Amino acid sequence: MMNKVLFAIMLIAGLIAPFLAYPVFVMDLLCFALFACAFNLLLGYAGLLSFGHAAFFGGAAYIAGHALKVWGFPPLLGILTGTAFAFLIGIVFGFLAIRRQGIYFAMVTLALAQIIYFLCLQLPFTGGENGLQGIPRGELFGLFSLDNELTMYYLVFAIFLIGFGIIYRTVHSPFGEVLQAIRENEPRALSLGYDVDRFKLLAFVLSATMAGLAGSTKALVFQFASLTSAHWQTSGEVVLMTLVGGLGTVFGPVLGAVTVATLTHELGSFGSWVQVILGTIFVIVVLVFRRGIIGEIHHFVEQRKAARTSADND
Amino acid sequence: MQLITAQALLGLNVGVFYAMLSLGLAVIFGLLNIINFAHGAMYMLGAFVALIGYSYLEQWFGISLQIGFWGSLIMAPLVVGLLGIIIERTMLKRLANLDHIYGLLLTFGITLILQGLFANYFNVSGTPYPGQPEVLSGVLNLGFMYFPTYRMFAIVFSLVVCFATWYVIEHTRLGSRLRAGVENPQLTQAFGLNVPLMVTLTFGFGAALAGLAGVLAAPIYSVSPLMGADLIIVVFAVVVIGGMGSIMGAILTGLALGLVEGMTKVFYPPAANTVIFFLMVLVLLFRPAGLFGKEQ
Repeated sequence: MMNKVLFAIMLIAGLIAPFLAYPVFVMDLLCFALFACAFNLLLGYAGLLSFGHAAFFGGAAYIAGHALKVWGFPPLLGILTGTAFAFLIGIVFGFLAIRRQGIYFAMVTLALAQIIYFLCLQLPFTGGENGLQGIPRGELFGLFSLDNELTMYYLVFAIFLIGFGIIYRTVHSPFGEVLQAIRENEPRALSLGYDVDRFKLLAFVLSATMAGLAGSTKALVFQFASLTSAHWQTSGEVVLMTLVGGLGTVFGPVLGAVTVATLTHELGSFGSWVQVILGTIFVIVVLVFRRGIIGEIHHFVEQRKAARTSADND
Repeated sequence: MQLITAQALLGLNVGVFYAMLSLGLAVIFGLLNIINFAHGAMYMLGAFVALIGYSYLEQWFGISLQIGFWGSLIMAPLVVGLLGIIIERTMLKRLANLDHIYGLLLTFGITLILQGLFANYFNVSGTPYPGQPEVLSGVLNLGFMYFPTYRMFAIVFSLVVCFATWYVIEHTRLGSRLRAGVENPQLTQAFGLNVPLMVTLTFGFGAALAGLAGVLAAPIYSVSPLMGADLIIVVFAVVVIGGMGSIMGAILTGLALGLVEGMTKVFYPPAANTVIFFLMVLVLLFRPAGLFGKEQ
């Protein structure tokens, strides 16, 4: 019930947003929201903390940008190319990372992502510190020019909804249930006969792919693939977004991404203080607000429900 | 040949920093089971304590005092260690019963705060540390080659600190108590040892090691708010390669990987940034628990 209401709100807000706010900014929010949802699939449902998701987000942006700019791919094919790249490195990184558990998993993903970061910095086609600039938006199906902000916006919104839908379906499937079983108690899931490693790998690859979809789309929107997107700080930001919104909730990452990205945007003029503020939010959320916004609402509703049932029974 | 030995020594120089940082991480991990993401920021903080003590005390605080390099070698670990103790007592303690990833996330937040604070007041591209003592300037004649005296001092000093730490943990009464705390905290506490205090002091000690490494690095690299940021990720890879089971393992892996990085600079410079990460991949493929780690 609550999910349906929230979905309706999200749909309406998404449809009218470009008329209320600067469309490019909303597109940025949507890309981050999809990125956070992808990340949440892994941490919130499978319990795996990847500290290297910027590699998929930022790396895919470079590949998509290159495909669009140099190979002259049409927009959707360019995005798919970037996404396919994230899928492939997702397989490799996932295969390596699931060999270690818990905190080691986080360190391994972080270190692997650093390889992609240095590649983005050093490879000849990436533009080094300046990033890959001048990516053309092109025309959708050869008909609609994406230089029109509204056309571009609704394409991004459609991509977001598709990604969101895929993640939603995954989480609410038998596969998603097994993931949660692994998160709750890995040895038990193993003893029930589930091939735990295969499930983890699948979740990792799917999460990486969706993060790549978000990154590729962002490159198309901004016509620019930036080194920042591939930096570990971006990996940290997506963790924060997911935590703020609510780990393991469907809409939490969306809300968290909107909150954190808006905050970063608004505070842009404060320079390095933004980092201090994000860090402080991180500390506060971890110490006292681990359920996140949506998680707290869920908790509140559950408690009221429980109180009512026990009152009925009296 | 000259070039190779020179790079080997320079690599060893980097290696002692890896060793000191991964040693601190391993000591903290042993007792607290968390990975201190802020370790790089604490290293940076150590370097800044040295820089501020030398150049900014008068200008900022109106104290006409200059803390020289030798003074910083004592001051910085104390300051950083104290900060570590405060962080452990006020924040990490509350997360003790939760999933260990929350400790990582908390220290990540602290990293952002520390980096952001210093980036407000100092140039991100770095400030040189002017306080290198006269005795350590110049070059040393090693017979077969010349090598900067200060770097040689940094290598020897760090090695002494690393091996002293190893000796204390593996071969003294204090160390045996610590190891008991790692093995079984409840039982150790039942024997009348103050485990929470041990945990706090251990975290402080690990932080102090990072601060000390920062002071030693200050005269070599320029002091920058971001100096610990990329370093800490390399140190994470070092820790994954070595496995955190053994103190000696952490030291040796750090030294060896510094050497490998130095050699890569000679033979294939573009890969110098990433060679350690690729080695980590190999280790994950063939010995997932790490070179010195135990299979769980």
